Amino acid sequence: MADLSTDFVGITSPNPFWLASAPPTDKKYNVERAFRAGWGGVVWKTLGEAGPPIVNVNGPRYGAVWGADRRLLGLNNIELITDRPLEVNLREIKEVKRDWPDRAMVVSLMVPCTEDAWKAILPLVEETGADGIELNFGCPHGMSERGMGSAVGQVPEYIEMVTRWCKANTRMPVIVKLTPNITDIRYPARAAKAGGADAVSLINTVSSITSVNLDTMSPEPSIDGKGTHGGYCGPAVKPIALNMVAQIARDPETRGLPISGIGGVTTWRDAAEFLALGAGNVQVCTAAMTYGFRIVQEMAAGLSHWMDEKGHTSVADVVGRAVPNVTDWQYLNLNYVTKARIDQDSCIKCGRCYAACEDTSHQAISMSPERVFEVIDAECVACNLCVNVCPVEDCITMERLPAGATDLRTGLTVTDTPADWTQHPNNPAARAAE
Amino acid sequence: MAATPATPGVVPGRLDAADYAANFADLHPDFDPHEAAVAADRCYFCHDAPCIAACPTEIDIPLFIRQIATGQPEAAARTIFDQNILGGMCARVCPTETLCEEACVREAAEGKPVEIGRLQRFATDRGMAEGHPFARAAPTGKRVAVVGAGPAGLACAHRLAMHGHDVVVHDARPKPGGLNEYGIAAYKTPGGFARAEVDWLLAIGGIELRHGTALGREIGLDALRADYDAVFLGVGLPGVNGLDLGGSVALRDAVDFIAGLRQTADLSTLPVGRDVVVIGGGMTAIDAAVQSKLLGAREVTIVYRRGRARMKASRVEQDHATDAGVRIVTNARPVNDPAAPAGHVAFDYVDDDQTPTGERFHLPADQVLVAIGQRLDDAPGGLAQEGGKIAVSGAGRTSLPGVWAGGDCAAGGEDLTVTAVAQGRDAAEDIHASLTR
Repeated sequence: MADLSTDFVGITSPNPFWLASAPPTDKKYNVERAFRAGWGGVVWKTLGEAGPPIVNVNGPRYGAVWGADRRLLGLNNIELITDRPLEVNLREIKEVKRDWPDRAMVVSLMVPCTEDAWKAILPLVEETGADGIELNFGCPHGMSERGMGSAVGQVPEYIEMVTRWCKANTRMPVIVKLTPNITDIRYPARAAKAGGADAVSLINTVSSITSVNLDTMSPEPSIDGKGTHGGYCGPAVKPIALNMVAQIARDPETRGLPISGIGGVTTWRDAAEFLALGAGNVQVCTAAMTYGFRIVQEMAAGLSHWMDEKGHTSVADVVGRAVPNVTDWQYLNLNYVTKARIDQDSCIKCGRCYAACEDTSHQAISMSPERVFEVIDAECVACNLCVNVCPVEDCITMERLPAGATDLRTGLTVTDTPADWTQHPNNPAARAAE
Repeated sequence: MAATPATPGVVPGRLDAADYAANFADLHPDFDPHEAAVAADRCYFCHDAPCIAACPTEIDIPLFIRQIATGQPEAAARTIFDQNILGGMCARVCPTETLCEEACVREAAEGKPVEIGRLQRFATDRGMAEGHPFARAAPTGKRVAVVGAGPAGLACAHRLAMHGHDVVVHDARPKPGGLNEYGIAAYKTPGGFARAEVDWLLAIGGIELRHGTALGREIGLDALRADYDAVFLGVGLPGVNGLDLGGSVALRDAVDFIAGLRQTADLSTLPVGRDVVVIGGGMTAIDAAVQSKLLGAREVTIVYRRGRARMKASRVEQDHATDAGVRIVTNARPVNDPAAPAGHVAFDYVDDDQTPTGERFHLPADQVLVAIGQRLDDAPGGLAQEGGKIAVSGAGRTSLPGVWAGGDCAAGGEDLTVTAVAQGRDAAEDIHASLTR
């Protein structure tokens, strides 16, 4: 049996599945249910400074994008940080950590951008016995308009400054949560590292409007006929999150900085992909909100089963395994020549490959009167669109031409010697071949 | 004492009122919107979709399903009605398992086609609730006679009216609809749908219905040709093939039995045998047998002279019958056997080439329904025939100038509602072209 226990910046948990800072982690009641279901840790929903709690809207907080069978594909929310009194949250955090010592207890924080504000709250959190803190520099709605959340996360200098304050004022590990609502995730990550962060976590939610009510002309979710920009999450944002995790993992300036992966983790497979791209653990929210806490059992069992199949004995053994294979476009092997191949036995003759190729690509698929679809090698650029639109898995595959074969599209002989854009004669900056 | 399924003879009232209601309720109830969305999502929107080619009326099925998926069933209905004005009835009665759904690529992929028929029902029910979707073109002053208010005649009349022609539809029966009204199993079109659909269709205007006027009786082809600019014949197959078993058993024509059932408001008044034997292998045999069973017959047996694979009724229809408790006996032919016990019909088992195997059996039968095919009796004189039907070329042109034919009475195509609609529509286009040339 693979060992799922993890040590993330000194915070141990029985498995790499944490609940992200969000509504599911706002109260002792929820968190204890989560721990009973098997979650390895939580990031407690973001605390603000002492004083009157923030208020939330009293209309809908969530909007959604669904598939035809109401499968939730993406969720957005306009809920703010905790609206419960600080002392209540602190008391409950302390109680839960006392009763569940083997689970990770990280506390998310968001206070105004002054060192005094951070100095005031850090000892209070420390006193609960929590394992670490996560700085919420990501929340894209409500708080950002008050100079917090993503308003900090979008300015690398602020990230560095606040991180530094926290590191100077607490013994607890500091995780900096990053917003994806920027142009290049590496800059905030570098700033966090420069400020002394123990880790970054990402992504926070993506600014979004899920839909527009065409009767009322109000964005959804609608509050008395008006809507606002909410944070998008769930399965739909996973590719964005994977990309940003990988960017940080392979950036020479942040390489080795621990990453807590967040964004659409719904199954064990999603989690394994985040780990492979460099995340040391994952945080989950939408999947739990959609299906309840029990899904962690599939995630943990699935990850364990897959690790056993692959011979990975620990989570650390998986982390970052795919990172070396993430590269820049210019280093992709241009001598890797493939052609689409259609398995006639499994083809159901829907013709979607033909429509896609004929209408929107390279006219590289022929269609006979009997609805036999065949690839025209002389036209096929191996774009993969036919594979992607084919409703039958593995019916269309991309097959590599062997060395010595002729690519009928280019007339060139295929070689197994790799060559990339940096060496290509059309590249004005190419190095001389000899 | 009230009758039960065990009561001997041909008697009414074998069941409770609740049983009649349940037995003759909608066979395939309408989808609710969520079911429709899920069913529509399964459509792959195929290129040059095989389902369209498999539909005699060539409805753009992927388009209408996508319109359902995007929340506009009324627009989907318009797509359907553009090609098939009786799309509502066809959604209920088409043997989709041998047409669009058989061709669906998901049938090939996983043996579960997109439920095109039920989706069409979902769309057309909602579209029809919105009223009639088409408007007439400016009047042309041309008059066309349509004989037969069945699917072919109605489709033809509607398309002609759309093009601005004035249409008079003559029908021998007291109600319009043809087999939609008199022939289709009751549970496929409950709630007076056939009649409501005709009323909805006629809302286009420009179509006059004349009932009780049969060709060769009240009206003649020569007179029609003289009085109108064009004539369309959609008279169906009014004759039925008979069977002679020597008078030992009372035989009843299954078409007549079904028509009687369809026109009976209170099914508890309709007599049915305890032991019913239906002879034949087509849809009429299935519909007669299943409805006999649903009326409370204790034993219902279909006897067909060839194997199951050669039955004209689709496998789905056969299974529907057996699920209802009907027994299907194949490779057996009725014979006149004076030695048969009283109240029994004698059958000889036969090979596929109809050679008796030498084995004879007797089935108890207090009601024998004969469904061995219909034919065109008394075709109007002067019309060339082909295989017992009116010979046509192109879009239903008969051998007589100015006379078109379509539906079951015309040679070519399967005897299906949807085929009749296609032929009526196409003949109307051809008539329109010839009148406006």
